[in-house]
Amino acid sequence: MKRGNLSALFGLSLLFLFAHAAAAQSADPTAAADAYVNAPHAWQMWLPVPGSPMEAQVDWLMRYVLWIMTGVVAFVGVLMVYVFIRFNARANPVPGTVTHNTLIEILWITIPSLLLVVIIVPSVKMILYQADDSNPYMTVTVTGHQWYWEYNYNAVPGLDYSSYMIPDAQIQPGEIRRLSVDHPMVLPVGEKIRFVITSGDVLHGFYLPSLGVQKYAIPGTTLTSWTIITKPGTYFGQCNQICGLGHDAMPIEIKAVPLADYLAWTKQALATYTDNTVPPSPVIRPQLPLKLADAAN
Amino acid sequence: MSTTTHDDFQAHGGHEHHQQSFAARWLMSTNHKDIGTLYIIAAFVGACVGGVLSMIMRLQLMYPHNHIVTSGTEWNAIITAHGLIMIFWFVMPALIGGMGNWFVPLMIGAPDMAFPRLNNMSFWFLVAGFVFVMLGLLLGTGTGAGWTLYPPLDNAQYSPGVATDFTLFSIHLVGISSLLGAINFIATILNMRAPGMTMHKMPLFCWAILVTAFLLVLAIPVLAGAVTMLIMDRNFGTSFFEPAGGGDPVLFQHLFWFFGHPEVYIMILPAFGIISHVVSTFSKKPVFGYLGMAYAMVIIGFVGFLVWAHHMFVSAISTDSRIYFEVATLVIAVPTGIKVFSWIATMWGGSIEFKTPMLWAVGFIFLFVIGGATGVVLANAPLDQELHNDYFLIAHFHYVLSMGAAFAIFAGFYYWIGKMTGHPYPEFWGKVHFWTFFIGVNLTFFPMHFLGLAGMPRRYPDYADAFAGWNYVSSIGALISGASTLVFFYVLYRIFTSKEALADNYWGEGATTLEWAVPSPAPQHTFLDVPVIR
Repeated sequence: MKRGNLSALFGLSLLFLFAHAAAAQSADPTAAADAYVNAPHAWQMWLPVPGSPMEAQVDWLMRYVLWIMTGVVAFVGVLMVYVFIRFNARANPVPGTVTHNTLIEILWITIPSLLLVVIIVPSVKMILYQADDSNPYMTVTVTGHQWYWEYNYNAVPGLDYSSYMIPDAQIQPGEIRRLSVDHPMVLPVGEKIRFVITSGDVLHGFYLPSLGVQKYAIPGTTLTSWTIITKPGTYFGQCNQICGLGHDAMPIEIKAVPLADYLAWTKQALATYTDNTVPPSPVIRPQLPLKLADAAN
Repeated sequence: MSTTTHDDFQAHGGHEHHQQSFAARWLMSTNHKDIGTLYIIAAFVGACVGGVLSMIMRLQLMYPHNHIVTSGTEWNAIITAHGLIMIFWFVMPALIGGMGNWFVPLMIGAPDMAFPRLNNMSFWFLVAGFVFVMLGLLLGTGTGAGWTLYPPLDNAQYSPGVATDFTLFSIHLVGISSLLGAINFIATILNMRAPGMTMHKMPLFCWAILVTAFLLVLAIPVLAGAVTMLIMDRNFGTSFFEPAGGGDPVLFQHLFWFFGHPEVYIMILPAFGIISHVVSTFSKKPVFGYLGMAYAMVIIGFVGFLVWAHHMFVSAISTDSRIYFEVATLVIAVPTGIKVFSWIATMWGGSIEFKTPMLWAVGFIFLFVIGGATGVVLANAPLDQELHNDYFLIAHFHYVLSMGAAFAIFAGFYYWIGKMTGHPYPEFWGKVHFWTFFIGVNLTFFPMHFLGLAGMPRRYPDYADAFAGWNYVSSIGALISGASTLVFFYVLYRIFTSKEALADNYWGEGATTLEWAVPSPAPQHTFLDVPVIR
C-alpha cells in the first residue's frame, strides 16, 4: 500500500474519532464541568481557589486573622531574640531584680483584648452569613453511609442516588485517585443551593474545602449548609469525621454546570438512575494481598 | 542503701525503710518520691508505645497508597491508641503523677503527700488502665473510633467485639487514677504547706498542680458518666446516644468535650508551672508578676470549663452558641498572653544561661506561641468550618502538645533529674537531644499547616496524590524526632552510669525553691523537721 493511502486512512479515522467524541460530549450534560478542575495540587500551601462567595470570605478572614497572629508571633520572637542577646550571662553578668511594672502589666492585658475585638467583629458577622441558608434555589439532602454518599434532589421527585469512590485499580486518565467518584453530585452554577445533611449509620463529615462548606452528618438529626458555585467546573471534598475502615474512601465530587445543562442532566439522570438503582460499585480499601513488594512501591 | 547517709545527715532515723525489700519499696510504696519515680517510668513506657505508634503512622503516610498498615480497621485502632496513650499514659503521668508527686511536697516543705496509700492506689490504677488500653489496641480488630470515642461508631453495632469495651474501661481506670491523685494533691497543697508558706508565697508549679487538680475533680466525673453511658449502650441495651431509641450522639460530644477541653489545660498548666521555675532559675531572677502568673492559671482553668463546644462548631449547635463559644474561647488568649509576656519579662534584665533545661523552656515558649496563634485562628467559628478536623488542626494541637507539653516535660526532666538521681546529665548530649528534637518536630508538624489549608482530612491512611509532598517532608521530620529519642536514651544511659555527685543546689543562685535545700538525690524522707518559711 502506498504511503498516501495510509495517511488518508489515518486522517479519516481521526476525523471519525473526533466526531464520535463530539457526539458523546453533546450527550453528556455535565461536560461543561470538565473545563475547570478545582482540586488540591502538589505542594499546595494555602487554601483552595475559592469556588464560592463563602470560601472567598473564608479566604479573606483567614488572611486577616493570620496576619494579625503572625504579627503577634513575630513580636514575641523578636522580643525573645533581643532578650537572648542583650541579657545572656556574658552580656549581662549581674541579674536585675525587677519583678513588677504595673503599666506594662496593664498594657499586655489591654492590647491583646483590643486585638481580639478586632478579630471578633468580622468573624461574628461571618457566622451570621454562614448560617443564612434562606431562599435557596434548590435543596439536596445529603446522607452519609459507610462508605458512600447518597444525594437526594428534593425538587426532582425520584432523583436519589449513591456516589462511590472509584477504586484505585480502576482509575482512568483524567480521574483523580481518592477524589473521583462514579456518580458526582451535579449542581447548577450561580444558584443558591442548600444542603440538608444527615447520616444513615455513624457520624460522617460533609467537607467541601473549595466551597467553604463543612458539617457533620449525624444520624437522627439534620444540619444545613449552603453554597453558590460561581464557575462551572469540578469540585472535590472528602469525608471528614472518622466513620470506620472506609473513612478515607468516600470522597465527594461536584460537577457544577450552567442551569440549562443541570436541567438536562436531571432528565437524563431520572431516566437512567432513579431510586438508587445505580449499580453500586463495591468500594472499600482494596483488599490487596499484602506483600513486602507492595510496601516498597 | 545510699540514702542512709542522708537520713543520718538529717538525723531522723527512719531505719525501718532501709530493710525494705524490692517488692515492699516499689509495689507497695507509700513514699511520694518512689511513687513519683514509678509514674515517670510509666510515662516513659507510655511515651515509647505512643511514639512507636506515631512512627508507624508517619511511615504509612510517607507515600500515598502505602501498605505499612494493612487495613483501615488497623489504622483506626492505631490512631485511637496513639491519642489515648499519649494523653493519659504519657503527658499526664509525667507532669502530674511524676513531677507533681516528686516536687509538690518538696516545694511546700511537706514530708509526704496527704494520703500516701491513696497515692499508691492511684498509681496502680494507671497501670491497670494501661493494660486495658493495650488490650483495646491488640484484641480482635482493636478500638477504631478515634480517641474522642464518638458514638455511634463505637456502639455495639459498628464496633462489635471486646476491644472497645476494654478501651472504655481503661478510661474508667485511668480516670479513677487521676481523680484520686487530684484529691490527694488538693488535700496536700491546702493543708500541708510549711508554716509561713501562704498561698501567695507558694511556688508556681504548686499553683499549677492545684488548679490542674481542681480541673480533674470537676472534669473526670463527667467523662466517667459519658463513658458509663457508652458502656450501657453497648452492653445493656440502653440508648443514651442511639437516635433510634430517642438518644442523641450529640449529647456524647457535649459531655466528652466538657471533660475534653479542661483536659487540654490539665495537660498544659503543669507545663506552665515547670517553665516558670526553669526560666526564673536560668535568668537568675525571681518570676515576674508572680500573682498575675498564679491567677492567670486560675482564670485559664475557670474559663476552660466554659468553652467546650468550640470543638463542635460544625456539629449540631445553634448560631448563637457558635458566637458565644467563639468569643469565650478567644478570651483565654488574654491570660495565656499574660503568662508568655511574664516569662519574657522574667528573662528581661536577667543573666541568662542556656543550659539544656532553659533551651527546652525557651523552645516551649516560642513554639507554644505558634500553637496559640493557630488556636486563635481555629477559635473563629467561620474558619473552623474550613479547618475543622483537617491537618491544620493536627498541626495546632501538636504544637501545643508535642512541642508544648512534651518540651516542658523534657525541661522539667533535665532541670530535676539531678535532684532525683543525684547524678548530672551530660550537657552536650542534652543539647544534641534538644536541637535534633526541635528540628524533628518542627519538620513534622509545620508542613501539616499546609496540608490542612489544602484540605487534607485527619485520620486517613491513604490520601490524594497531591498531598504526597508535604506528607513526605512530615515523615522525614518524624524520623528525625525518632532518632532524637535514641539520643535521649543515650542521655539516660549516661545519667544512670554516672559516678559524679551533685551539690544540694546544683543550679546556684537562681534556684530558690525548697527542693534545692535538700540533698541530691533527695533522701527518702525529707522535712521530718518542718521548715519555716519567712
